[in-house]
Amino acid sequence: MVAVVPDTPKIRFDRVTKSFPDRLAKTGTDQVIALSRVDLAVAPGEFMVLVGPSGCGKSTLLELLSGLAEPSSGTIRVDGKPIAGPGPDRGVVFQQYALFPWRTALGNVEFALEAIGLARAERVPRARHFLALVGLSGFEHRYPHQLSGGMKQRVAIARSLSSDPDILLMDEPFAALDAQTREILQDELLRIWEQTAKTILFVTHGIDEAVYLGQRVAVMSARPGRILDIVDIPLGARRGDDDLRSSPEFAQLRHHIWALLRGQVQTATRH
Amino acid sequence: MSLVSTVRVRRPLWRRLAGKSPLRAAWLANVTRRSLAILLFCLAWELLPRTGLVDRVFLPPFSEVILAAQRLVLSGALAEHATASVLRSSSGLALAILIAVPAGLVIGSNRRIGEFIEPLLELFRNTAPLALLPVFTLILGIGETSKIAMVLYASAWPVLLSTMNGVRTVDPLLVKAARSMGLGSVRLFAKVVLPASVPTIFTGIRLAAAHSILVLIAAEMVGAKAGLGYFVNAAEFNFQIPEMYAGILALALLGLLVNVTLVHIEGRLSMWRAS
Repeated sequence: MVAVVPDTPKIRFDRVTKSFPDRLAKTGTDQVIALSRVDLAVAPGEFMVLVGPSGCGKSTLLELLSGLAEPSSGTIRVDGKPIAGPGPDRGVVFQQYALFPWRTALGNVEFALEAIGLARAERVPRARHFLALVGLSGFEHRYPHQLSGGMKQRVAIARSLSSDPDILLMDEPFAALDAQTREILQDELLRIWEQTAKTILFVTHGIDEAVYLGQRVAVMSARPGRILDIVDIPLGARRGDDDLRSSPEFAQLRHHIWALLRGQVQTATRH
Repeated sequence: MSLVSTVRVRRPLWRRLAGKSPLRAAWLANVTRRSLAILLFCLAWELLPRTGLVDRVFLPPFSEVILAAQRLVLSGALAEHATASVLRSSSGLALAILIAVPAGLVIGSNRRIGEFIEPLLELFRNTAPLALLPVFTLILGIGETSKIAMVLYASAWPVLLSTMNGVRTVDPLLVKAARSMGLGSVRLFAKVVLPASVPTIFTGIRLAAAHSILVLIAAEMVGAKAGLGYFVNAAEFNFQIPEMYAGILALALLGLLVNVTLVHIEGRLSMWRAS
């Protein structure tokens, strides 16, 4: 399952730099450079994981790709075309779920469909379909406060999938969940990915999660963030009964990434 | 049937009623518990004047007040005054909501307008509305207009400020999520900011309702020809003390009714909030 990047990758970051004005600077001209000349290409249908120390800019990279912010320099292309703001071709899943509390689970998924202008008669069955896809049939009429963390994140995933984006951007989506729920949802996500063939860019802190989920893992440096290395994960398809995380291949890959990150984490904590 | 047997039947009957269904028994017990303090209060009100511990001229026994209330209800006077008061306060409140909610939405969402107008708002908001009562009476007289205007003025502030607050404290993550789905500013406002602000706005409305009654009564006492405030004041002036207390009771019940209704509506609107 090693992805080969074709000539027109699905997503391409080309020398992307992002800087913010430094509010703490006395002169006001200092900039905080979050990302420095990031080059990254993601193949269509690939599951790419971004891992890096805190503050390395991985969430910023996702934000730029989603269109919620603009790079200070460099270009970001999707299907060869530069992006111009948010769009239905890129769905986002946030760490804190971002569910609208005044809407039911069904209502939340419908929100994304209302955003793309679907009529009511089409919205409801489609929303139900995606809730079923994430395993939440029967919970359509629950409000977010009546759902557990894992369920909330499933609703968020269903919502982002419902508008049928080609690309799914996930910003540490399982970080707020307990370890067991996290493992369950990781497998769920892989299943959904295999079923829907989306291109996924997944940001995480956790090396275990990165190796388990990704086909390729891009390791970022501490701030100013750039891509240190891209590690291939040739672990093959997941088979339900295996404890993949305990296999020697897994440990090897994990160690490789750990070693890459170790120096970076120390640099990051010194800032 | 002899007197003795009738008396004997009463308690076992209650027990039999309660015993038949444990739910009934629980409900009865609950109601009794919750009314106990009020019942004791009424009992004290009845006994203190009668025993001479409190001067009966200034505080008639509860039963006398109830009788006066009954007379007023039957003569239609209480209904007349209560209606006048309710009409004034609800019109004032409704107008206040109609003006203050849109204004609050605009001021809350636009930073420059907010910065411009807030110092003035702070000044007005900290001035007790009753202090401006003479101004309203001067300009608008003592008719319906001045009363409704007074209520409008007093109710508008809590609604305006809570609306502004509601708009400003929308979870930015929700705005971000909506934007990532491609929503523009107008749809964002209608579909995210507005629903998210409803609970806060409603708290302001509840506060405004309490203010509106308060201010109305004061305004009616100062200059009016009808209304519960006027009635209580007039009764005191004419030394119709039991009637005065009857009027005060009516006011208390009115306030309670308004609050209970609003709490109920709020409950319906906020079903999605975590309890």
